[in-house]
Amino acid sequence: MDNRLIDQQLDTLRDKVLLLGGKAESAVQRAMTALTTRDSILAQDVLEDDKIINQMELEIDRMSVEIIALHQPAAHDLRLVISVAKITPVLERLADHAGNIAEAVLIINDEPELRQFSEMTIMSENAVEMLRTALDAFIAEDAASARQIIKQDDVIDKSYKKVFSELIGMIINDPTTTTSAAQLLFVAKHLERIGDYVKDVCELTVYLAEASIIKHSRTE
Amino acid sequence: MSKISVSNLDFYYGKAQALYDITLEIPENQVIAFIGPSGCGKSTFLRTLNRMNDTIPNTRVLGEVLIDGRDINESSTDVVALRRKVGMVFQKSNPFPKSIFDNVAYGIQINRIHNGKTDLNERVEKALTDAALWDEVKDRLQTSAFGLSGGQQQRLCIARALAVQPEVILMDEPASALDPMATQKIEELVVELKRKYTIVIVTHNMQQAARVSDKTAFFMLGKLVEFNPTEKMFTNPDEKLTEDYITGRFG
Amino acid sequence: MTTLTALCAFGVVGILVLILGYISFQGISSLSFQFLIETPKPVGEGGGIGNAILGSLILLGLASLVGIPLGIAIGTYLAELGSGLFGTTVRFVADSMIGIPSIVFGVFVYALVVLQQGYFSTLAGSIALALIMIPIVTRTTEEIVKLVPKSMREGALALGAPEWRVTWDIVLPAAKTGIATGAMLAVARVLGETAPLLFTSFGSRFYNIYLDEPMASMPVQIYNYAISPFEEWHAKAWAATLVLIGMILVINIIVRYTTRKGY
Repeated sequence: MDNRLIDQQLDTLRDKVLLLGGKAESAVQRAMTALTTRDSILAQDVLEDDKIINQMELEIDRMSVEIIALHQPAAHDLRLVISVAKITPVLERLADHAGNIAEAVLIINDEPELRQFSEMTIMSENAVEMLRTALDAFIAEDAASARQIIKQDDVIDKSYKKVFSELIGMIINDPTTTTSAAQLLFVAKHLERIGDYVKDVCELTVYLAEASIIKHSRTE
Repeated sequence: MSKISVSNLDFYYGKAQALYDITLEIPENQVIAFIGPSGCGKSTFLRTLNRMNDTIPNTRVLGEVLIDGRDINESSTDVVALRRKVGMVFQKSNPFPKSIFDNVAYGIQINRIHNGKTDLNERVEKALTDAALWDEVKDRLQTSAFGLSGGQQQRLCIARALAVQPEVILMDEPASALDPMATQKIEELVVELKRKYTIVIVTHNMQQAARVSDKTAFFMLGKLVEFNPTEKMFTNPDEKLTEDYITGRFG
Repeated sequence: MTTLTALCAFGVVGILVLILGYISFQGISSLSFQFLIETPKPVGEGGGIGNAILGSLILLGLASLVGIPLGIAIGTYLAELGSGLFGTTVRFVADSMIGIPSIVFGVFVYALVVLQQGYFSTLAGSIALALIMIPIVTRTTEEIVKLVPKSMREGALALGAPEWRVTWDIVLPAAKTGIATGAMLAVARVLGETAPLLFTSFGSRFYNIYLDEPMASMPVQIYNYAISPFEEWHAKAWAATLVLIGMILVINIIVRYTTRKGY
């Protein structure tokens, strides 16, 4: 039953998105590890990998257009191609933010070490976990799971506010920490943005599975 | 009130049942597409709407087919008047062995719609214009209809149908014998015509149904599987069977 | 294979040419304007086939006037509505009639008309010829009308034309060439019929146009000339045969020309 001409194309498309998602996830993970372990080499790696991620985005874009032009997908097939085409730039920007975190790490590592922020760690672990679960939900087309994850975005926003006030407090108390603290503020902002992008992934999962567009709606 | 209202329609060729319990409403001034695999009954159903199946011996119709609220299968129905009101364009264009002018004029003349020669000429011109054919044939109205290309002949058949001032136009795969350019012209014409007429079009080309219709009905094995706005049918149909057909999982 | 079929074709055409040539050769010497105008005269005084030509045309004309329209009507009926028992019966009768030797028709009309009236007549001759023509026209008409595509009829029906209009306006005009061919076949067939005319119009030595009198005709006159013991009359028989063939040819050409496919 699943041996139409388009099926092979769709399977390849799914694989590529899965790969891209994995790389984005890994970028965030490694950037945060580089931060907590003050590992500048790891941070460099993350920045290097971003080039590959950009290539992958272009490849998926090209393939999506090709499938639409040549195969005129309808119904579920169409929604799959459209949602892949929309998810890809989201993942790419998500990876960009991971790269931004890596850049911040490079700057921070030149400064004396600051104390660990457990809140930041919790925030990053949540973000990575959410991303992983969201990507799984997308591939499995699990709308229920996706809706769950969207609810958790609040958690990240709350963490962000906490980290923000803590860091501001630190700067006021000890102005010598300003450079590092400022960078950490950026890192927290990037994590918060990553959380938002994960929400986008989930909204697209719901669209793919149920054909309902839930973005910009207040209830979810 | 819908232009055409079908309730619990059953249709038999002799003992074999071809349509099962069809119920649907066709609104005015819209294009409705009938799609489905070969032999699913869509053409048979189309032909019940102007009682063309009467020409086939041994057929039986059960249920109600209301056009403007009146059942067309009642014994008191004037079938000739029905067919004037509900015109038909066929899969293979079938012009008469007459001139282009006479082809279009024929329906007008036998139904005595016109008042005199000038009126007849005007009506023929209008029909050909509405069918987007006037410019191409205005200088050769007296030549044989068979001298036209396939696409032109089909538009001639449409002009011929328009000339008797129908309210509904039934089209049975009107572009299936035509090349892509000619097909496109027919499709544009269909979309233009719906402003004044109600159009029902049977097509085996799903993209065509997607392009031109407002609502689509999917038939299979004589049953109506789904009837929804076209945009919904092609992005998120209700029935899995519909989705499988539209995405090409079976022919 | 091609050469074999070509040889056969040449053979057939050759035979035809041979026949025509022989007839022409034999008859051309007796052909003259007088011959075509004059009535038969006693041996030695000349004479011709003028009245026979006119007679054949009149007999043919009358027979066609009745036979062709009737044949077309029956043929059309069979094609459009003849699927039941009645239609099958009519068809069977028509087919059988085609096979009946024409002399039977002659005898039949003799008994029915000539004996009743008490005299040979043009009318009787026309009736006999018409009876021969009708089944031919009927069957060819039916076959041709059946060939008119259903799609053309449906096109007319879909415009709100009643069935009889579809037949009259669309089907018959579309079939006209074929029907004309069938009619021509029938005409050509009866033009050369001798036997039925012997019993009905009998033949005559005079110019005549009245329905209730005997009428001369080409085949009968040829017959009379041919069975005579006179050499001179034999020559006239050949000439008359040539003229008869010429008439058939002319009719052929006229029919083909007037019914050439307009559309």
